[in-house]
Formats: sequence, structure tokens, C-alpha cells
Amino acid sequence: MSSNNHTDSEQPALQSSTKDFEKALLDENHQNYFFKLYVAGMTPKSQRAITNLHMICETHLQGHYELEVIDIYQQPLLAKQDQVIAVPTLIKQLPLPLRKFIGDLSRTELILAGLEIIKKPL
Amino acid sequence: MQQLLKTPTGINGLDEITEGGLPLGRLTLVCGGTGCGKTLLAMEYLVRGATQFNEPGVFMSFEEKADELSKNFASLGFDLDELIDQKLLTIDHVRLEPAEIEEAGEYDLEGLLIRLGYAIDSIGAKRVVLDTIEALFSGLSNKNILRSELRRLFHFLKDKGVTAIVTAEQGELTFTRFGLEEYVADCVIFLNHSVYQQIATRRIRIVKYRGSAHSTNEYPFLIDQQGFSVMPISSLNLDHKTSSKRISTGVERLDTMLSTQGYFRGSSILVSGTAGTGKSSLAAHFVNAACTRGERCLYFAFEESQNQIIRNMHSIGIDFSQWVEQGLLQFQNARATQYGLEMHLVAMHRIIDQFKPTCVVIDPISNLVATANVAEVKSMLSRLIDYLKMKEITVLCTDLTTPDDSTLEHTEVNISSLMDTWLLLKALECNGERNRVLYIIKSRGMAHSNQIREFIFSTKGIDLRDVYIGSSGVLTGSARANQEAKNLAEALDCQQQIEFREREIERKKLAIEAQILALNTQFEAEKENLIRLINKEQQRNHTLLLDQQAMIKLKQADTPSPLDNALADTEKGDVE
Repeated sequence: MSSNNHTDSEQPALQSSTKDFEKALLDENHQNYFFKLYVAGMTPKSQRAITNLHMICETHLQGHYELEVIDIYQQPLLAKQDQVIAVPTLIKQLPLPLRKFIGDLSRTELILAGLEIIKKPL
Repeated sequence: MQQLLKTPTGINGLDEITEGGLPLGRLTLVCGGTGCGKTLLAMEYLVRGATQFNEPGVFMSFEEKADELSKNFASLGFDLDELIDQKLLTIDHVRLEPAEIEEAGEYDLEGLLIRLGYAIDSIGAKRVVLDTIEALFSGLSNKNILRSELRRLFHFLKDKGVTAIVTAEQGELTFTRFGLEEYVADCVIFLNHSVYQQIATRRIRIVKYRGSAHSTNEYPFLIDQQGFSVMPISSLNLDHKTSSKRISTGVERLDTMLSTQGYFRGSSILVSGTAGTGKSSLAAHFVNAACTRGERCLYFAFEESQNQIIRNMHSIGIDFSQWVEQGLLQFQNARATQYGLEMHLVAMHRIIDQFKPTCVVIDPISNLVATANVAEVKSMLSRLIDYLKMKEITVLCTDLTTPDDSTLEHTEVNISSLMDTWLLLKALECNGERNRVLYIIKSRGMAHSNQIREFIFSTKGIDLRDVYIGSSGVLTGSARANQEAKNLAEALDCQQQIEFREREIERKKLAIEAQILALNTQFEAEKENLIRLINKEQQRNHTLLLDQQAMIKLKQADTPSPLDNALADTEKGDVE
């Protein structure tokens, strides 16, 4: 017991990340999504992307997502930071792993599979 | 008529082969295989632009991160971080992870354009590099979108008025793997890295330059501590000025053989011969003479180290160390196989440009054959000699010939036609000894001796002696000394004979003169006697006549007798 205690006190970080992991497993269906959508001005392509994304989120992730829409004309530095080259680009910051979707997000099936909301169609 | 404007790259030699630089405000494609120096060329273009022309540049990297680039270029002496701080350079690393990107619909590359536009505007860039834009093709799958977007990107760059370099990987049959040359049609530069006999040589070629004349050849280039240098060597031509000034060979009698004044300044001299015939020593005399005149000399040694040459030349009374200390003599020691032929040439050019010598020695050129074939060596040497002649630098090359050649009038690399003066050193073997002799095979533009000379080393240096040419052929060494002694004895003998005969003449003369004197004396004596007898006869005649007259008188004759007249005659004709 004493040796176990010793280990616990030495590695609190490990313990807490283990707890997080267990919690995340439990909350799998209720975790919060954080999206960034990069667009270049209000082009039809940008508008389509925003509409498509809203539809996906409202249908599948209602209540537990956050979305930030960024116009790279306004904030070109952010484009450099997030390694955006194509527009529109959707970045799933959370939950990890980070994923990027480029295009007007019209391929809903592919996005849902990529977001692991539904299983990939076989 | 407006000509195409150009942006100088500032890279050694590249501006010369492009006749001024890259097309201003247009795109240049730099393509080539892996490790051929594309990124380096592109980065040096930006660094030179920033430091020499004060033109800021943007480096958009699709492969290496900014800090990796900084580290890599620090080894070439380019401080990228400082340039970034001074707002002369921006590095934007574009990272593409195909694994984390899904293509979910229609897209364009506006993001890339905006980033590039932002980077250009933030420092007012005039130069842009995209290295290597083809990475997009492996990151994104929709080729149609990519192609149209690339075309848009290139138009965007032209609209921005920047002069850009786009690098691309070489394809199997095309210049670039993804056919970028279709979009970037203004200027295409191709870099190549080839290996011959385990020695790698980098080469550069301008494949295309729309609207401008350019050199079409492949030029070797060098990447070293000073970056990229291209040597546009084969663009030299045969219109260099020629000097009629003369410089000493360092050996007095050799000067005499070359119409008393030695080599022409700015000419090329070949000293060929078999091993151990004194080629390097002759070269050393030439160097020594030049340094004594206060001129700078560059010595390319492919066989011996600097210290070894200094030590060896001490033995023939030449002190190279003093010239090295005074900075008049510089050695460049390198094994011929250390790098490729073109690299040798480039390295030689560079050191000649830095040191600015008036005399150059290459000892020996035959070693260069180890690195390439004869034709290449010949072409390299002809370019080197042209270059040296253009700079009015006198070059002396030594060439080792193999002794089993039937004729020695042949050089290892067949370069004799490039040479103005050709001295042949040869070892003659007879009476169990080898003796060195020297001929002048040719010497353009001057009367030169046709004589063979014996070549003798001493602690005072090289001495040339006449050889003995007689009925038994050409004699050298001890045979010559022997013959000379014999000749001397013969001459002495002859002299003695002459003196002996002269003395004999003198003696004969004296003897004959004595005889003449004796005969004269005798003659005088006889003459005197005869005169006395004559007088005596006359006296007696006279007396006889007187007697007759007296007798006539006694007979008392009154008429003068004819005898009186006869008497008068005898008195008159008296001999004195």
C-alpha cells in the first residue's frame, strides 16, 4: 500500500489524465465540438459552406458545439497560424485529433464520417 | 523599343549567363533533381537581393520550416534571422498534411494567395520564392482545381510586380514532375548533378528565356562557403589582347635560347617530360624569377604538399618560404581526384580572381586525367588558358609523359596545340648514366634555338650546357666531360706544334743569316786580293811604258811616239 501511495503522489498528472480519459469515454456522445471556419469574403462558396456547416451542426451536434467564422481577408495572420491555404477550410480544433475539411462542405456524409459522428459508409 | 528589363540575382556568374539576371516582374522556374541546389539558388537570390540591392523578399517554403532554413543557411554564412528582423526577408512555411485534410466540396487556394499577398505587402517585397510548389500536388488530390489555381497564383504574382522563382522537382521525362513549365513560361533554369568516375559535378543550364538572349551551354557551378557560383567559362572567346613584353624563364641560358629574352608575358608554356627530368624545378625557377621581380605567383600543386615543394626547392638553391611570407607566392595544393574537373576549374578561377597573380603554375596537368576523360580535360584546360590569357597571366604547365612512348613529342592530354611555348625535357641514357637534356619544340612568335642543351642541377639552381655533338653522336654527362677533356688535350697539342714550327723558322733564319755573313766576308777578302793584284799589274804596265819612253828618248826620236798616249791611259785608269 505504502508503495502505491508513493506512486500516486509522484504522478498526479498521470492520474488526472487517466481520469480525463475515462470521463471522455463516458461523455463520448456529449462532448463539445469547437470549429473554426475560414472563408475568404462572402462569396457564394463561403455562404454555401456556412449554410452546410450550420445544417450539419444543428442536426447532429445541437447544443454542444462552438463555431467561429473567420474571414482571412480581415485576419491574414490567422491563416498563417492555422496553415490555411485553401478556402473554405473547416478546422475541428476539439475534440482531438485536429482535422481539416476543405471545400464548401457539400459532401455531408464525408464530413460526418470525418467528424466520427457516424461510421464511414462501407 | 523597350527591352525586357531584368533583375540582377547577385549570384556569382548567374547574371552573366542570363545576360543581366531574371526577367523583371515575371516568373522563373528552377528545376532539377534532388539535392541539386534549387533551394539554395532560390534562397541566395533573396539574400543577395536583400543585402546587395536592398530588395526585400518572401520565401514561401512548402518543405522546410523557417528555423530549419535558418540553420541550414547559417552554414553558408547567411544570417536569415537578422534579415527577418530587418524586415528584408519573410519566411512563410506552408505545411500540408494530407492525412488531416478531407476534401469536402469545392474549394480554391485563395488562402495561399492571401498569405502570399500579406507577406509581400508586409515588407514591400520585390522578390518571391515558392519552394517547392509541387508539394501542393501531393497534399491535395483535385488536380483540376490545383492547375487552375496555380495559374491564378502565377498571375497574381505578376500582378504584384514581383520577380519570382518557383522551384520544382525534375520529372522522369519532363523538366518538372507536374508539368509546371507549362505555366511558367518566361524563364526556365535547369540544375543537374551528374557523377562521372565517382566524382560529382553540378551544372546549370538556361533552358529557356523568353524575350532575351542567353547562353545555352551547361555551366558547372559550385556550392561552398560563399554560396552558389556559376562559372561562365566557355563563353570566353579568342579575342584577348596579346602582349609583346617578355619575362625571364629564371634560367639565363634558357632566356638566351628563346631569342635572349624569355617567354612572352601572358603566354602559355608547356614543360613536358618523363619522371624526374626536372619539370618542377624548371617551374620553380620561373616562379622564383617572377617573385624576385615582385610579381605575384600562384602555384597549383596536384602532387606535392607546400612544405615538400619548399624543402625540395631548397636543394637547388631556391627559397620559396620568403616569397610565401611576403605574400607573393601562394600554393594551392589539392589532389586531382579531390573533386571534379569543373570544380577544379571553378576553384582555380575563384582563387585567381582573389589572389590576382601574374604568373600561374599548374604542376602537373597530366594528373587531371585521373578525374575525367582526355577530351574533357582538354576542354577544361583550353577554357582555363583562355581565361588566363584574357587576364594576361602567364601560365606554365608541366606534363608528365610516360617513358615507354615511342615518341616523347606527345602530351598526356594532347594539349600541345593550346600552348605557345613547349619545352621538352628528356633523359638520355648512355654509358650507364642518365642525363637530362632540354629542347625547345616550339615557341610561337620568336626565334628560338634549335639546339639541344644539357640540363644540370646544382645547389645554385639549373644550368644549361652545350652538349657535345660529334662523330659518335650526342654526348652528355661524363661522356661529354671526357670528350671535352680530350678536345682540350688535342687543342693543347696542336698549339705546341705551332709554337715548335715557329721556333724552327726563327732558327733557320738565324742560320742562313750567319751563312750570308760568312760568304760576304769571304767575298770581301777575295775582292780585296784581286784588286791588289790588278793594281800590281797596272803598276808593272806603267813602269814598262816608262821604261819604253826612256828608251825612245835615249834613241833621240823627235816625233811623239804612240806609246805616250798609252802611258797617259794607264795613269788615268788607275784603280783606286
